[in-house]
Amino acid sequence: MIEGLLLGLQTALSLKNMLMVIGGCIVGTFIGMLPGLGPMSIIAIMIPVAISLGDPAAALILLAGVYYGAIFGGSTSSILINAPGVASTVATSFDGYPLTRQGKAGKALTIAAISSFAGGTLGAILLLFFAPALASVALLFHSSEYFALMVVGLSAIAAFAGSGQVFKALLMTIVGLVLATIGEGAQFNMPRFTMGIMDLQSGIGFITLAMAMFAIPETLFLVLDPARSGKASDKQSEISNLRITKKEAKQIAPVIGRQSIQGFLIGVMPGAGATIASFLGYAVERNIAPKAEQEEFGKGSVKGLAAPESANNAACTGSFVPLLTLGIPGSGTTAILLGALIALNVSPGPRLMQDQPDIFWSVIISMYIGNVVLLILNLPLIPYIAKVLTVPRTFLIPFILFFTLMGAYIGQNNATELLFLVGMGVAATVLRFASYPLAPLLIGFILGPMLEDNFSRATQLYDGISFIWERPMTAVLLVVAILLIVLPALRSRAKTKG
Amino acid sequence: MALDRWIALIIALVFLIYGHTAFFGMDDLLPPILKRNPIWPSTFPKILSIVGVLAAITVLLNFEKSAKQVGDDMDISKWREYRLFDAVALIAGMLVYALSLRSLGFLTATFLFLALGGLLLGERRYWLLVLVAAVASYGIWYLVDSVLGIYMTPYPAFVGR
Repeated sequence: MIEGLLLGLQTALSLKNMLMVIGGCIVGTFIGMLPGLGPMSIIAIMIPVAISLGDPAAALILLAGVYYGAIFGGSTSSILINAPGVASTVATSFDGYPLTRQGKAGKALTIAAISSFAGGTLGAILLLFFAPALASVALLFHSSEYFALMVVGLSAIAAFAGSGQVFKALLMTIVGLVLATIGEGAQFNMPRFTMGIMDLQSGIGFITLAMAMFAIPETLFLVLDPARSGKASDKQSEISNLRITKKEAKQIAPVIGRQSIQGFLIGVMPGAGATIASFLGYAVERNIAPKAEQEEFGKGSVKGLAAPESANNAACTGSFVPLLTLGIPGSGTTAILLGALIALNVSPGPRLMQDQPDIFWSVIISMYIGNVVLLILNLPLIPYIAKVLTVPRTFLIPFILFFTLMGAYIGQNNATELLFLVGMGVAATVLRFASYPLAPLLIGFILGPMLEDNFSRATQLYDGISFIWERPMTAVLLVVAILLIVLPALRSRAKTKG
Repeated sequence: MALDRWIALIIALVFLIYGHTAFFGMDDLLPPILKRNPIWPSTFPKILSIVGVLAAITVLLNFEKSAKQVGDDMDISKWREYRLFDAVALIAGMLVYALSLRSLGFLTATFLFLALGGLLLGERRYWLLVLVAAVASYGIWYLVDSVLGIYMTPYPAFVGR
């Protein structure tokens, strides 16, 4: 391993590859800030550039830099304008945006940058030592375990149900699950609930729904009540203040540690990925937080921001485990990376470490370098990025709405999608007025197809639901999910009675 | 009846229609080979419709004393104090933008949306507004179309590319 590491260091630290990782991080960060352009689209866009390099190690290093940059860029739009452009940064907006509204955008971006850095770096360390062992464990997960894992993911809704809102959160989750059944599912290949509308054949786009649920209601609230935007931009000196207090650092350090490990392990499992990792990270941290801190979640908790940020970055690193060691892409993004590798005559799999150690190790080393570059690049830029919020509302609001529209349009390249966006955005605004939590709706929508597909596969394999008691891991995960739902509900009930 | 319960009633009705389609409108279309599977395309929607109606009824009947959403400080009872006209006009603007994006082309539609949006919200520095809208429209089109390679019709339909 030491030899491999040295070889990786030699390859990754060459001037050309250093420029690749720096360039990749910059491109990824800036394009990732545009809602609608997630890591998958940006990597797809960058593939021709990477292939034209002709050097597989340099190409993969460039694409890995783009990947990390895009994840961080996506967090920026979630925190600043409540517009999560990718599913894995939805949970970031739950506490990131409330911090921005308190005039602490600089602090929120700094916590996000540090958490991402720590998550990515700890993930890379775990990748270095445990990659081959974890890859074989990940393969033990079958569709029944994935189904149970999705149920655990859905149990995160309990974390968003404030006092007396458990049924509202449940209702919103079901609305999300229902919306996810629209269109042709991967499992059945048959249109459902499309009402004869051709544009619904491929279902409702994630970005469209995310923008409709978060960005549009918030922007319309800023229009309806101009004083609302004043509350944040009045504190101009605080906006670009990056300082984290000692107390906050103490609060987030264990969260980052826990969520980096949990996120990495979830990322290793093919199909689970950064989205589940971020939701679960948020839910777990809320559930284990002391009672007083629990109340802060959703209002601008630093723990609530650090948890999904470290988890999603660690999961991104984890998703490289099955790709590099087994040749199995665990997510859409790694599937595109696999395509790029094949185009460069590299066959990822168990023999990659032996046949092309320079590529294997240089990618791992470039993950460390990429994380350091991201931190060095982003920290000085944060005050300037946060200054976006001081733009007068007469310019800021039309621009946020325009980027929201663009995000949905680029994602589907379909003008009808914009009509869905506006319609659902207005509906979401009404739901917000009625105090319905919207995060569970989006969680249901994201996890719904995976839940249904894995449940269908498991029932086909076991000719029924016997997998629940025949596979111990499935049973354990389902029990965990029930506990995650029941315990907060009981706690909330006891509190109401008290 | 409070707004949240009205919404629960509407959602319950939607779920009833959804459930009716799942129970009575989907299985007839299923090819015989798929009918051998333990799970059909209608299975999940059937479960969802039942659970959904139950959850909607629970909210409708106010079994759980609802608290105000965390961090949400907008109050429907103060609607007269809010700038409803601005919000409705911006929603209309988004709809017009969506409908005219192809026919007017990206550059014109975006320029008009940004400039008129700013004007509506009270910006009176006209030259600055025009300049920002023009630079942003062209800059974003150039980035998306030429740099990122995602095609966007730049000009009105009658001009062509």
